[in-house]
Amino acid sequence: MQATSTNTVEPLALPEGVQGIVADWSSDQRAFKKVPWGKAMMWIFLLSDTFIFSAFLISYMTVRMSTTDPWPNPSEVFALTLFGKHIPLILIAIMTFVLISSSGTMAMAVKFGYEKNKKITFILLLITAALGATFVGMQAFEWSKLIAEGVRPWGNPMGAAQFGSSFFMITGFHGTHVSIGVIFLIIVATKVIRGDLDHQRPGFLTGRKGNYEIVEIMGLYWHFVDLVWVFIFAFFYLW
Amino acid sequence: MAHAEGQQHAHAQGQQHPIGIYLKIWGLLFVLSALSYSVDYFHFQGYLRWFLIIVFMLLKAGLIVAVFMHMMWERLALMYAILVPTLLLMVLLGIGALEADYTFLTRSVFFVKGLF
Repeated sequence: MQATSTNTVEPLALPEGVQGIVADWSSDQRAFKKVPWGKAMMWIFLLSDTFIFSAFLISYMTVRMSTTDPWPNPSEVFALTLFGKHIPLILIAIMTFVLISSSGTMAMAVKFGYEKNKKITFILLLITAALGATFVGMQAFEWSKLIAEGVRPWGNPMGAAQFGSSFFMITGFHGTHVSIGVIFLIIVATKVIRGDLDHQRPGFLTGRKGNYEIVEIMGLYWHFVDLVWVFIFAFFYLW
Repeated sequence: MAHAEGQQHAHAQGQQHPIGIYLKIWGLLFVLSALSYSVDYFHFQGYLRWFLIIVFMLLKAGLIVAVFMHMMWERLALMYAILVPTLLLMVLLGIGALEADYTFLTRSVFFVKGLF
């Protein structure tokens, strides 16, 4: 019926819903339609990263549930005295807002990238990188503060010894992800402003032509880092 | 040939949405973060605290994945391929909780603490 029409772009209408899944997966070609393969690969990488972070958070749950010593109160451990006022958990709250802001600028960078607006994409990517670097800086401050207070991976003065190992493992791994993201944001921003993506110049590790999909793929990674922080914030800092 | 055509199609596609939706979701994420922070600030305790933490967390995570990561505009095949495997983590969560309870029990007995 529709298949007989001389549609030049899409030879067959793609079925939707559950039928769409069966048709896509059994079509003996690309399973993920309407998605560049780089984006599908990034999603699969992020799925594997989800399992890594989940393993960390679940092992944190296990040690916290099984310890007979009292767990240090994160609300107090991460409190700061600002302007003569004692505010619980304030540093972590600020870090959360910084990371969410960077996610917002990243989402807009993707949008302006597809509109081929080089200048605004470049600026938004740099703002995202700057906010990411701010986040890492605040995390470095937080680590130094806790280390100065005697928190170590094998023990701390506030309570259960497992607090330190969970904290350094989880936030350290997340901070590493943010740092790597900042580096790649700067690389992508450079490619955008040089016009590499407009002129389809290949990157130095690949012969594939550059295009604005890499901004969206970069965005997926960056939003994932924000996503992981949502879970860390809930389970480690608020619980 | 068909593959190259598909490739071109994929290139032409791109995820393009009006800027307003990003700004709205951004604002919503700010509000939800402020709400989850206020759970701690106003010292909610017990089941209410845990319930609120999880609700705000899931809402934030859902908004980020659906809108910022464009998942709600992808085809169902990709959505299921990425989102369904994460449900397996519930099994690991259950095993971890059972194991932790058992460890706590044996430790309590050993240290004669908590239980007696």
